Amino acid sequence: MDKVVATCDEAVADIPNGASIMIGGFGPPGIPVHLVHALRRRKLRDLVLIYCGGGTDEDGIGGLIADGAVRKLISSYPTHPGATAVRERYLAGELELEVLPQGTFVERIRAAGAGLGGFYTPTGVGTELAEGKEVRVIDGRAYLFELPLRADYAFIKAYRADRWGNLVYRRTMRNFNPIMATAADVVIAEVDEVGPVGALSPEEIETPCIFVDRVVEAPRPWVRQRPATGR
Amino acid sequence: MPLTREGIAYRVAHDLPDGSYVNLGVGIPSLVTRFIPPGRIILIHSENGILGAGPKAPPGEEDPDLVNANGDFVTLVPGASVFDHALSFAIIRGGHLTHAVLGALQVSSRGDLANWRVPGPRVPGVGGAMDIAVGARQVWVATTHTTDRGEPKIVEECSYPLTAPRCVRRVYTDLAVLSIRDERLVLEEVAPDVTPDDVAARTAATLTVSPQLRVMEIPAEIDGIRLLAS
Repeated sequence: MDKVVATCDEAVADIPNGASIMIGGFGPPGIPVHLVHALRRRKLRDLVLIYCGGGTDEDGIGGLIADGAVRKLISSYPTHPGATAVRERYLAGELELEVLPQGTFVERIRAAGAGLGGFYTPTGVGTELAEGKEVRVIDGRAYLFELPLRADYAFIKAYRADRWGNLVYRRTMRNFNPIMATAADVVIAEVDEVGPVGALSPEEIETPCIFVDRVVEAPRPWVRQRPATGR
Repeated sequence: MPLTREGIAYRVAHDLPDGSYVNLGVGIPSLVTRFIPPGRIILIHSENGILGAGPKAPPGEEDPDLVNANGDFVTLVPGASVFDHALSFAIIRGGHLTHAVLGALQVSSRGDLANWRVPGPRVPGVGGAMDIAVGARQVWVATTHTTDRGEPKIVEECSYPLTAPRCVRRVYTDLAVLSIRDERLVLEEVAPDVTPDDVAARTAATLTVSPQLRVMEIPAEIDGIRLLAS
């Protein structure tokens, strides 16, 4: 049950070319940057990334795209000013892009993790993002059918973990992380601090260890000075 | 006199009732929190998992794990909660937000909203706009009445790609407050010294003037912030 691996490089060593990888994070909070940088060192090709933003130089996701390691990006908001690599690769026709409303993006991942075959959402009805999707009227309102979204790997960022992979988050670093942790074959968690089993209170564990395959400690220096809760 | 961007935000803020749960878009909507009248408690929701987002953190006191959907380092008010994106969008789509205040590229006279994409060779990115437009109980738009080039933003039919059809209930601009009732565009209020004809001349849609048309009550400035353009 001990899932701790020594380094980020070891944690991503078995990822093959062409793998699909979910990456948590929104803004800077919750981005597993050390795993992303380790992935970049692998110099893989044809990856499919499932990530809400477009990636920047700082978080390394922009670097992966600039390297040409990514064949397709499934995203919601790859448009932010820092996402220069997406812009260049997409406009040059070198990057396939699937853009989803943010609620649909996360719910497709949630559906996959919860074993559902899809869901109907009112979001996107009557827009160009509805093209090619089944429309069903339920109680007089139109909904679009959306499929589940799984991946081969998920990179998760959490605050604290125990050696079994129970995870605790702080502030807005949750975002996609607890959801993506349910929807990939191999889930790798980068955390600031790993403690012994029993160190976390059951009530604070947001991602139970059943979802997590590997844990790697990659502390951010500032984190130890801050409380997990309170103001 | 037309309103400044802060003036538009001030006017919106005064219509949000005590006890509202509100999501604010970027631009003018993001200024609304500054002008909430004292005594009203309004909780601000942010797509990335905050209910009870507070003002931006003072320089040097930013928490690297705490941003809003705009990417600003913010604070939390007492009573705030944080949660994951699935729950955040259950709040949005599930009709739990009482109001959303959004920016617009165009609004049609029937309440269609276009605010996510300008056609052309650009990277498309929608974010939470479509979910919020279909999910909030009341969708209000806060925007300048025309573009920087003087083109009307309130139109008969949107030419930009839609965010959602038939979702906007009210539009707050530098010239007027308009409502959309039974797919008709109704002029409810005008800014001081602005006439219904002035508004109609800058609107590319049929305008019905409310029999209860009012002139906005708005101070020229508040706490040194100008609300009316000179």
